[in-house]
Amino acid sequence: MFWGSRKTIDMNYFPDEVLEHVFDFITSHKDRNSVSLVCKSWYKIEKYSRQRVFLGNCYSISPERLIARFPGLKSLILKGKPHFADFNLVPDDWGGFLYPWIKAMAKSRIGLEELRLKRMVVSDESLELLSESFPNFKSLVLVSCEGFTTDGLAAIAANCRFLRELDLQENEVEDHRGYWLSCFPGSCTSLVSLNFACLKGEINLASLERLVARSPNLKSLRLNRAVPFDTLQRLLIRAPQLVDLGTGSYIHDPSSEAYNKLKAAIQNCNSIRSLSGFLEVAPCCMPAIYPICENLTFLNLSYAAGLQSNELTRLIHHCRKLQRLWILDCIGDKGLGVVASTCKELQELRVFPSDPFDAGNAAVTEEGLVLVSEGCPKLNSLLYFCQQMTNAALITVAKNCTNFIRFRLCILDPIKPDPVTNQPLDEGFGAIVRSCKGLKRLSLSGLLTDQVFYYIGMYAKKLEMLSIAFAGNSDKGMLYVLNGCKKLRKLEIRDCPFGDTALLEDMGKYETMRSLWMSTCEVTLGACKVLAKKMPSLNVEIINESEQTEFNLDDRQKVDKMYLYRTLVGHRKDAPEFVWLL
Amino acid sequence: MAFEKDFNLDATELRLGLPGTSEESEKQASTTLRISNKRAMPDMNEDSSVAADKKCDQETAPPTKAQVVGWPPIRSYRKNSLQTKKTEAETCGMYVKVSMDGAPYLRKIDLKMYKGYPELLKALEDMFKFKVGKYSEREGYNGSEFVPTYEDKDGDLMLVGDVPWEMFTNSCKRLRIMKGSEARGLGCVV
Repeated sequence: MFWGSRKTIDMNYFPDEVLEHVFDFITSHKDRNSVSLVCKSWYKIEKYSRQRVFLGNCYSISPERLIARFPGLKSLILKGKPHFADFNLVPDDWGGFLYPWIKAMAKSRIGLEELRLKRMVVSDESLELLSESFPNFKSLVLVSCEGFTTDGLAAIAANCRFLRELDLQENEVEDHRGYWLSCFPGSCTSLVSLNFACLKGEINLASLERLVARSPNLKSLRLNRAVPFDTLQRLLIRAPQLVDLGTGSYIHDPSSEAYNKLKAAIQNCNSIRSLSGFLEVAPCCMPAIYPICENLTFLNLSYAAGLQSNELTRLIHHCRKLQRLWILDCIGDKGLGVVASTCKELQELRVFPSDPFDAGNAAVTEEGLVLVSEGCPKLNSLLYFCQQMTNAALITVAKNCTNFIRFRLCILDPIKPDPVTNQPLDEGFGAIVRSCKGLKRLSLSGLLTDQVFYYIGMYAKKLEMLSIAFAGNSDKGMLYVLNGCKKLRKLEIRDCPFGDTALLEDMGKYETMRSLWMSTCEVTLGACKVLAKKMPSLNVEIINESEQTEFNLDDRQKVDKMYLYRTLVGHRKDAPEFVWLL
Repeated sequence: MAFEKDFNLDATELRLGLPGTSEESEKQASTTLRISNKRAMPDMNEDSSVAADKKCDQETAPPTKAQVVGWPPIRSYRKNSLQTKKTEAETCGMYVKVSMDGAPYLRKIDLKMYKGYPELLKALEDMFKFKVGKYSEREGYNGSEFVPTYEDKDGDLMLVGDVPWEMFTNSCKRLRIMKGSEARGLGCVV
């Protein structure tokens, strides 16, 4: 249009709709944030056209401000409690309530369509209000949440006429038994994804079958333990188009008619790429699923406690195309060897403990990990609970797999040294950070000194999240990390000898991060107060579970749990009594 | 290596007393848990520290199954699932009566104690001093006048060994070891 006659292009001559159309192609949150900073006009256009927002910390901004900024909001991701809440380190009622968000969005008539929550407290009231306030609501994903019952789910089922996705992952749900599923009206035919595996109660099986029968777009179905084998067989006949299947109970007599019917039904499901469940399982029934194994890209057997190593390996022999594998440690080192020789496309491996409190019995060691690293060069994401680890093994793994983005190692005995050399595991982890230049997330365990932090600060330049427990000798350790890891966003530390000097050395650093958690360290109340005073852009919260009130405490007193995060809206109004906002 | 001298293991020493950790557990067995000491008020006796009481990592914890709060780092949901399965397995028990034709009194066994049919049959053989024959799908138990049977959920008398183990344990209400002529109808070939 104007090219020929001008030396520079004046972007203001582009009509807003053109810019908006261009911005539609920019989907990454980071990029959209950058776009909004270019100039006032771009800010405005981006603001009104933004539909998807990610809030990694629900307390970093208020619902009202979010709505004012992005009135066109359709899809929201919210995270509430700090990560260590998953491991019972955060008391109940700490916060992370969904209700205020729903209330504000309902009041402002936001056209919410998608909501994804992690570690939030979701009440039935909030689910009911949600179901009544957003006529186009399509997708609800709850991960590691709590506070709701199946009554809340009933409201969602009954009122969200265009619901496509209801995905419940590892939530603590009070189950009032069964009837919620029957609340999906006969007119609801839009379901694409239904995951209720974490529910503990009975399910109206007939309703489930009818629901699946009238959902031609259903691609993902994950059942709970209360759904028996014969129902599974009937469901598969109704939904041969499934891409993702999670079985419930998987026990039957392999010589029976029902078993043969299931075998036939499964063979018809040639779109299944992802398989999980087996919450109760008879190993002799596993051969029925062998035919679909060759196409699987994701296999999650981490709740299938009934399968032993030999059954697991027999199954894995068929899964050549596997990219992600979640499994229990009863697979053993030898079993991991089978994974290594079969699953050449493997990118992500998670090995969970089948007996978390009996460290002596963890069935995998450093040997299994080394085998996988040798056989699966594409491995980039690891979560590995094991009995022991050696520096030599970690150094070998680092050499074999340089692509790690996520490396989380958990030795069940938290301060265990290298059992061969009796040395700390500094050199092993050092090799990992040196070799994996793209490492974004790291969790450490085993006996570790300040030296490992020296390596992390020196080499882990892309690191965004670091989890530390029972490690280090002095403040130097924490300082190496704070000074060296320029991209650090989340740092969580428990039971380490890091104190005030480390905490206060570079207070501005915390403004570049989402949050810092320190529990059972050497940080004192006085230092937290100093930090809170100097940095008004941070909320410094102390979780105090003893009976002492703030006035009786000495500034020299060490704090039990401190959680600080950057925020635009100052102190939160919903903190319980045991949380002190400094 | 120079940094070895900087080890301040006392600060992070942790006695978990878990089985299989040999040296560590013995070394730590006699030391107190330093971590909880840090939580005490400067002038308070560490034994009366309220904060320390709330944690599981106590120095007086028993040698096995001592637990640190929040360790290992697995989600509560997953931990609770595993514990439920373990509890179901350990405490419920699946006791069924076992009768043997001609014996003066019955016995009771816990089906959960056995991993499969061979173990169960061996236990029965030891308990009642007899031998079962060889099992085949076609002919049942061959070579002995004793035949293991059970009453299922529907009240029917069934031959032990036909269905998968899990199915058997789920449906078995009581066991009966049949003997001699009565056993013939069930496929016992003497």
